[in-house]
Amino acid sequence: MDFRLGERAEEFREEVRAFLAEHLTTEVIERVHETGTVHDWDFYRAYAAKGWMAPEWPVEDGGQGRDPFELTALREELRLAGAPTDGVGTTLLVANTLRVVGTPEQKAEILPKVLRGDIVICLGYTEPDSGSDAAAARTRAVRDGDEWVIDGQKMFTTLAHESDYVFLLTRTNTDVPKHKGLTMFLVPMDTPGIEIEPVHTLGGERTNITFYSGVRVPDSARVGDVDKGWSVMRVALAFEHGGGFGYEIDRLLRDTVAALGSEPDGDGPRLVDDPATLERVGEMAVDAEVSRVLSYAALWDGHTTGVPGPIGSMTKLYSSEALQRWSAEVVDMLAPRALLEHGEAGAAADGWPTQVFRHAPVTTIYGGTSEVHRTIVGERALGLPRAGH
Amino acid sequence: MDLSLSDDQEQIRSTFAAFFAKESSVEVVRAAEPLGFSADLWRKLGDLGATSMALPEELGGGASLLEVGLVVTEAGRHLAPVPLVEAVVAGRLLAALGAEVPDDGSVLAFAPRPAGGDVATLVPGAAVAGHVVVRRGDDVLVVPSSGRRAPANLGLAPLADVPLAEGRVVASGPEAVAAHERAVDEWRALTAAALTGLGERALEIGVDYSKDRIAFGVPIATFQAVAHALADAGTAVRGAGVLATEALWAGDDEPGRFPLLAAMAFAFGARAARQASLTGLHVHGGYGFMLEYDIQLYFRRAKAWPLALGDPRRELRRVGKMVLGREVA
Repeated sequence: MDFRLGERAEEFREEVRAFLAEHLTTEVIERVHETGTVHDWDFYRAYAAKGWMAPEWPVEDGGQGRDPFELTALREELRLAGAPTDGVGTTLLVANTLRVVGTPEQKAEILPKVLRGDIVICLGYTEPDSGSDAAAARTRAVRDGDEWVIDGQKMFTTLAHESDYVFLLTRTNTDVPKHKGLTMFLVPMDTPGIEIEPVHTLGGERTNITFYSGVRVPDSARVGDVDKGWSVMRVALAFEHGGGFGYEIDRLLRDTVAALGSEPDGDGPRLVDDPATLERVGEMAVDAEVSRVLSYAALWDGHTTGVPGPIGSMTKLYSSEALQRWSAEVVDMLAPRALLEHGEAGAAADGWPTQVFRHAPVTTIYGGTSEVHRTIVGERALGLPRAGH
Repeated sequence: MDLSLSDDQEQIRSTFAAFFAKESSVEVVRAAEPLGFSADLWRKLGDLGATSMALPEELGGGASLLEVGLVVTEAGRHLAPVPLVEAVVAGRLLAALGAEVPDDGSVLAFAPRPAGGDVATLVPGAAVAGHVVVRRGDDVLVVPSSGRRAPANLGLAPLADVPLAEGRVVASGPEAVAAHERAVDEWRALTAAALTGLGERALEIGVDYSKDRIAFGVPIATFQAVAHALADAGTAVRGAGVLATEALWAGDDEPGRFPLLAAMAFAFGARAARQASLTGLHVHGGYGFMLEYDIQLYFRRAKAWPLALGDPRRELRRVGKMVLGREVA
């Protein structure tokens, strides 16, 4: 038994920290905050130049052959630092999927660009009328000779405005059950007929709605077989690395403790001596640790069995709900200065806890809602029958 | 990283899983009420070496804290009516202090709270103990004991008040206090392991019932409102289990992090066991409230075991203090 990631991972962690100290500048963080785009091309290219776009791939494929523990150390540091990695996440997910199901031409065309940090790929699964039920997608793709014509719209196409491609889930057959009539495409974003409309969110992040009107792509843009889009989706979903939000809770904890230390005494006892504060800090630290060890258990489970199991769902479910709870508690603790937004003089912990509070509601929605994950835990961890009502 | 048990550890786990399933059946647990002690089970455990395995090798032990945790988890799963955690912790403390460890087969009990005056109150295991290990101020005492009355209590456990007049001081001073604090951390981590076993089993009982019970023409487990409550409890229990394992591992291999992790594991283990036993009870409907159904056995003990140390929320404040100290330093 050993809960440490190991020497190699810790050495790599130091390298990542040094990189972040140099490249995750205040300027980058402020730019991300202002634009709401959790991606920064300068940072992205520098990150790719380190060879970290796909560090787990074998060296001969352009990776660094790093093990899952080194990868975990990398992700931990990125998340603790709050690095803008939305683009890394979606792009690598699609690249990983192409390695499994893509044609030799697609791999030759796309993967080198991914590894160099030249392109970003966004995900086009969700639609105005389908989110968790992704297989209900209605965006149509109709064959026309050697081409396909795509019509429809996608919701929450985050980073579409920075992307070179969208990984698009379409319906190619309406005469079969919903999972059997889907096909995936990798569509260049500069194809005529694509329009992007910004969507602004409670958390300050910018996402998009994307419209597809008579969008023509060659058959070579198709990923996987016709009407086999759902099996491609399953490959892609398996690459969605979990990890949960333990590090976001840790970051919140760190900001809170720093803010408590600098809180003026006022008339009453210092906040750090208040039993209610101690209790909340203690409980928050427990939840951060529970989230972390659950993510380690999921990592180990995946490493030893080769399949992501229901512990990943437990990690996501528990940590996202804990983040929501603690971001709310922390703004209580730091009231009234927590009312002030980032950038205002006197804002508690520079306004970051307030920012987390505003962001937290979406964490139980994206990446599978809490309800979806509870169902997975029930069926796959507890052996409950399929829930119906 | 390695979160798997070694072959030897897996052997320990499966041996004691089978042992407690057979020797600490629900019938045995119920027959031991209200005192909460089975002398027969205690003797069998002694024969298997469970009470001495965690002592230093020269005293016939040599097992790691993690390995004792495996045994204790199985004891918790089957609500074993024996003060195993207390005996293990008290024995290790006496050995660490260089004091003689009684080996007459009698129960060795441990007071997790230092005594404030002349009596250590509500000490777990003391009602059936031959000796009780107590700290008062800077002194660690061994108090001979026999046949004390256990007051009726929530967890149906052999608790008792222990007058210290006949106690013998076996160690004094800062080192004795530090050794005792380490022992209390071991008590926290092992109790967390016992609560994990309890929580896992309480949840299983609830899951099994929800699959069998038909309402509105279908098993109630197919209702999301039922399934999701069970999933939440399952998540909490799993988190508590991994955290308890991490704490026990730290007790063996990373002593610097042990006090913090032991307190975290204890506080969270208490919460998860309560959640699992309450959810397990709730899905039974009215039957869960009947003494005849087993789930109530788990519900009472889930709440009672941690209370021997006092209000679990105080543990959260201790964690808060340690975290603030760590972050400020």
